[in-house]
Amino acid sequence: MSSQPQFADMESPAIRVERTADGFITIKLTGHWTLRGVAQHAHRLQRELREYTSDPEVHWNLNTISALDSVGAFVLWRATEGRRPQHLVVRPEHVPLFRRWADRQVPQEPAKKATHLDIVNPAARVGRLAIEHVRGLLSMLGQFVLDGLWLLRHPGSTPWRDISATIYQAGVKALGITALVGFLIGVVVSYLSSLELKSFGAGNFIVAIVGIGILRELGPMLTAVLVAGRSGSAMAAQLGVMRVTQELDALSAMGISQSLRLVLPKIVALIVVMPLLVVWSDILAMLGAMFAARATLGIGLWRFVDAFPHAVPLANFWLGVGKGAVFGALVALIACHFGLRIKPDTESLAVETTSAVVSAITLAIIADALFAIVFRNVGLP
Amino acid sequence: MNDESVIRLENVGTRLGEQLIHRDVSLSVNRGEILGVVGKSGSGKTTLLREMIGLQAPTEGHVYLFGQCLDTLNSGQLAALHQRCGILFQSGALFSAFNVFDNIAFPLRESHFVDESLVRQLVCMKLGMVGLDRDAALRLPAELSGGMVKRAALARALALEPELLVLDEPTSGLDPLASEDFIKLLSTLHQELGFTLVMVTHDLDVMRDLCHVLAVLADGRLLAYGSAAEVRNSGEPLVREFFHGEYAERVFANAPVVAA
Repeated sequence: MSSQPQFADMESPAIRVERTADGFITIKLTGHWTLRGVAQHAHRLQRELREYTSDPEVHWNLNTISALDSVGAFVLWRATEGRRPQHLVVRPEHVPLFRRWADRQVPQEPAKKATHLDIVNPAARVGRLAIEHVRGLLSMLGQFVLDGLWLLRHPGSTPWRDISATIYQAGVKALGITALVGFLIGVVVSYLSSLELKSFGAGNFIVAIVGIGILRELGPMLTAVLVAGRSGSAMAAQLGVMRVTQELDALSAMGISQSLRLVLPKIVALIVVMPLLVVWSDILAMLGAMFAARATLGIGLWRFVDAFPHAVPLANFWLGVGKGAVFGALVALIACHFGLRIKPDTESLAVETTSAVVSAITLAIIADALFAIVFRNVGLP
Repeated sequence: MNDESVIRLENVGTRLGEQLIHRDVSLSVNRGEILGVVGKSGSGKTTLLREMIGLQAPTEGHVYLFGQCLDTLNSGQLAALHQRCGILFQSGALFSAFNVFDNIAFPLRESHFVDESLVRQLVCMKLGMVGLDRDAALRLPAELSGGMVKRAALARALALEPELLVLDEPTSGLDPLASEDFIKLLSTLHQELGFTLVMVTHDLDVMRDLCHVLAVLADGRLLAYGSAAEVRNSGEPLVREFFHGEYAERVFANAPVVAA
């Protein structure tokens, strides 16, 4: 938006000094003493006015001003340092503008809040934050287990509708994107591996390499990243907006447990739906791999399928599905943790939603590394 | 055209799909006048307010703001007109990521014609005008009471020295004392700064104490338009229902506190 041009026709504020024959000085103010008129020259005007405000004999004539608003009045008032000149002529309609400042002080400019930037010991800050998050996540996990146990004794209160809604949102609606990404990754991995294997004349190993790679690692990891980005952010933002609109308070006030109605359904739904999504993206990725293998190595689809059970131990499939469930729980847990930390302002909403996605993906990768170590003797030929 | 009219509506009508919000609304607001738009919930008061300042275009009729027909303006010209208006939204609409001080400074900083040291002085001046102290200036909107939110939002609306101030339910959500204080504040500022004031309100005290002219919307039409006394004498049953209820009689039995 252009700001100044539309005021170009305005007469700028000016100070005219006139000396009468008997030696008195009369100051006449002319032009627009308004926000737009004064803004550019406020400091110069105040400086010029101050030369005269100290002299009580000066006559002030404000009748000639074309326009005055509270900013203009304020600049004049500041220049006189709060003292009303003895000889002052003001138009009656401008009097109220000055009256405000006659008996009142302008609030002082607030001192900048001392920011607690702990330069000396940033490690302590990071440590405190980490402890806070770990404690928050553990207590949320604990509450989830307690809620689960409670539901075993009161199965009637299970929030089935919330669980199924989340399954639909996070699972069914994610089928398209997981299929597309899975298929393409399958093609890429298989194609690049084929080229390398071909140069060694070891084309038959493609089934084992791609099969184990996808079922064990890529399928679950890929799905976790996609679900964290899609549903993790949505869950965190949803809880945050519920805080902003006081829906969380409304739930508490009705005596309804937030953890039971908001957190538990999300965790349960992702534990259920993530393994299914993993299977789905496994299938699509293997299809992609088969097409790429046929194109580069000439391995027919049926030969690929026939060789699959011998090349890839079944344990890899179950390991991938199990990982899916764990990643799902992690994503939901972290999304809810960060979502409930959101304070009712837009800044915090942005920060915590970002943290939710980034942390979910990071923790999923860390968990994946742990899986790799713990199950190093399982499912590998 | 009357040079004095700040807002003029000519046969304005609005439809949302099939639903008729209002039709054939004509009125004009003169410089320095205080207009209260009155009506039940859902009678299209806020819609009319948004149309007056060009935030929404009516489906029929024309709106003139500062003598210019809004249909003919491009977005730059409309933005220039908006700089002459201050708007106080119903829930304040303060930017939640900024503290009060920065909220008030925001329009001044965005307009780029004031340097930073003057911005800080002017913000302090506005804080003084609406009766907020320096302690409140550093708080975030989420940490303010309802009355303080309204005051801070009013200070922000006044930041660019508007000729027209538009208020959407200025006293909603305030307790009676805070509401009375806010009306007094508005009245003082109106006398001091001489802006034109248009507001949507349910509050009979506001109508009695502050408004020069009332426009009563009901049934999709402008049922009555005039001073409080004229509107109260209207024969329309819907208007009588509103202004002659038990509570309304009690409010209007008391003499106005602030002379018009």
